[in-house]
Amino acid sequence: MTERRENAGERGSLLEARDLHVEFASRGRRARAVDGVNLAVGEGEIVALVGESGCGKTTLARTLLGLERPTSGSVLYGGAPLSYSSRALKAYRREVQLVLQDPTGSLNPRHTVYEAVAEGPRIHGMSDERDRVVSALARTGLRPPERFLHSYPHELSGGQRQRVVIAGALALDPRVLVADEPVASLDASVRGEILALLLRLRDELGLSALVVTHDLGLAWNIADRVAVMYLGRIVESGPVEQVLRSPTHPYTQALLSVLPESPSPVVLSGEPPDPTRIPGGCRFHPRCQVLAAGAAARAGVEGRCRSQPLAILPVSPFSADSHAACHYAGARLE
Amino acid sequence: MSLLRLRDVAVTYRVASGEVPAVRGVSLDLAAGQALGVAGESGSGKSTLAMALLRLLPRDARVTGEILLDGEDVLTMNWGRLRAVRWASASVVFQGAQHALNPVRRIEQQIAEPLLVHGMATPAEARRKVGELLEQVGLPAWRARSYPHELSGGQRQRVMIAMALACSPRLIIADEPTTALDVMIQAQVLALIRSLIAEHDISLIMISHDLSVLASMCDRLAVMYAGRVVESGPSGEVFRDARHPYSLALSAAFPTVGDPASRRAPKGLGGDPPDPMHLPTGCSFHPRCPVALPECAFQEVELWAAGESRTAACVHVRPESVQPAGPGEGLEKQSVPVARPAEESQ
Repeated sequence: MTERRENAGERGSLLEARDLHVEFASRGRRARAVDGVNLAVGEGEIVALVGESGCGKTTLARTLLGLERPTSGSVLYGGAPLSYSSRALKAYRREVQLVLQDPTGSLNPRHTVYEAVAEGPRIHGMSDERDRVVSALARTGLRPPERFLHSYPHELSGGQRQRVVIAGALALDPRVLVADEPVASLDASVRGEILALLLRLRDELGLSALVVTHDLGLAWNIADRVAVMYLGRIVESGPVEQVLRSPTHPYTQALLSVLPESPSPVVLSGEPPDPTRIPGGCRFHPRCQVLAAGAAARAGVEGRCRSQPLAILPVSPFSADSHAACHYAGARLE
Repeated sequence: MSLLRLRDVAVTYRVASGEVPAVRGVSLDLAAGQALGVAGESGSGKSTLAMALLRLLPRDARVTGEILLDGEDVLTMNWGRLRAVRWASASVVFQGAQHALNPVRRIEQQIAEPLLVHGMATPAEARRKVGELLEQVGLPAWRARSYPHELSGGQRQRVMIAMALACSPRLIIADEPTTALDVMIQAQVLALIRSLIAEHDISLIMISHDLSVLASMCDRLAVMYAGRVVESGPSGEVFRDARHPYSLALSAAFPTVGDPASRRAPKGLGGDPPDPMHLPTGCSFHPRCPVALPECAFQEVELWAAGESRTAACVHVRPESVQPAGPGEGLEKQSVPVARPAEESQ
């Protein structure tokens, strides 16, 4: 606890996962979707959680929202462990709001914009429903809000629909947004507008955000810190500039190297592996290009890569340090 | 000679409420062995254009203009000739392989079908060829016995590529071949397409909304907006130094990780793509254009020369020899042809 306070400086974490494990039964086997994760989002901080499909990032986000229960470990909000009573969860979800990826799928086609945005305030029995709807729409840039109140989703463009979804979250005055691929289904030219909106909401309202994405460009565009997830674990995390400009984990290096403009792509072969069969040792070692190229052997860590599991990375909000779960990177630091 | 030559291609959909002009006069050339990227957002007409090339559009679409494949107009071919051309001369890799493959037929049946239909192989030869094709696209030959649902998204896209290669076409049309795939799988599929077209000397037309992917795959780029090409040129130049403000916005939408200019500065474009049934007057892009001039609201634009083998449809690259239109004219009037020096304006 003391160590965390020191790392965090004066500002603590608002939303935190501590040694979190989430397991499912999958075809008679145990799938360790989240397999030991520490993750913290500070007040007013934007954290990008990056990984390929199947890495567990969506399960982690759902667990942070209280939609899944951890098998072990805990979710902390404002320093206190999350309580799973329905009353406590209802109060929690007022403060920590989910923004889904596909605005067309997450809006009811028969509900007007007003009804869509008013749903949250209504569930929470708020008296100033109309004011909340109007101001939430205005904050997302749908102005004048009165013009949109009686529109149906099919009358709006994709970008406007995503703004309505975000307005629905804002109507409850949350402190944290958890956004799952918030721009993946939007047109390229609209993408930047929605990302700029998330940045503006942080600056104006002090909102924190956890943005779940496969898009490293998005992390570069808006996030303060980034956590790279592979097969249930965070394998590298730290400030965006550090992690994305000088990545130390071979997986992060490979992800960055296959961006279209990169000079020398490292294309990993095979599909992302199966969370029901997590390899021993470093979980990335069967696909690791550093191990395959013999660099790990030259550094004298090959044996450890194959057999010695890595410790769970510590993660603190606003931390200026980056961490990588990699024997080779560790040996090079020594 | 160009392998593929489009002249003033237009596609109009007839719907209950009227006519929707999806593609409005596109002219493009593709040399043999070349890769051409067509970029644009949803509604720009890029996929409609791709499907028009082999007449794969539904009946309510009317296609006009000329689509010359090896000098022969696809639009006037009879059905027998068209069937021979499909797969054998040009084939398509569709977006979303899970919908494009038949879920109840084994992979080998689907890859062998074009070979058998075109009489290019006996059943026994086809079976052997299927194994070869699967290995070419990086799948083990035993996968031939699988059904589509037994494969991952990346593997299904590889099967689509194997089908496209089956009859050794000279042209492959790839419509968003990697959309919906993970970054690493996308890199695998792009590397595969790149090596196959080089190895077999196949020409490529690739459709995508991602300018950075197209720039990494293609020799030339054409950027579409509201049914028209608004810029074309060598891909690196269009991507890094766009002349049309829309291409500029599209390339800025995909930031270069590590570039300080885009750090904490996502770039987008206000407004939304236009409704094709109610296109703005003048330049279709003017309501969203950050550098629009008053005249853009009525000035018709066309593709003007914008540097060595580059064109852009923007008043900012309009040659001085072309008279700007005054208010009230230009809407109906055809604009002056491109490179012809207009003596009267001197």
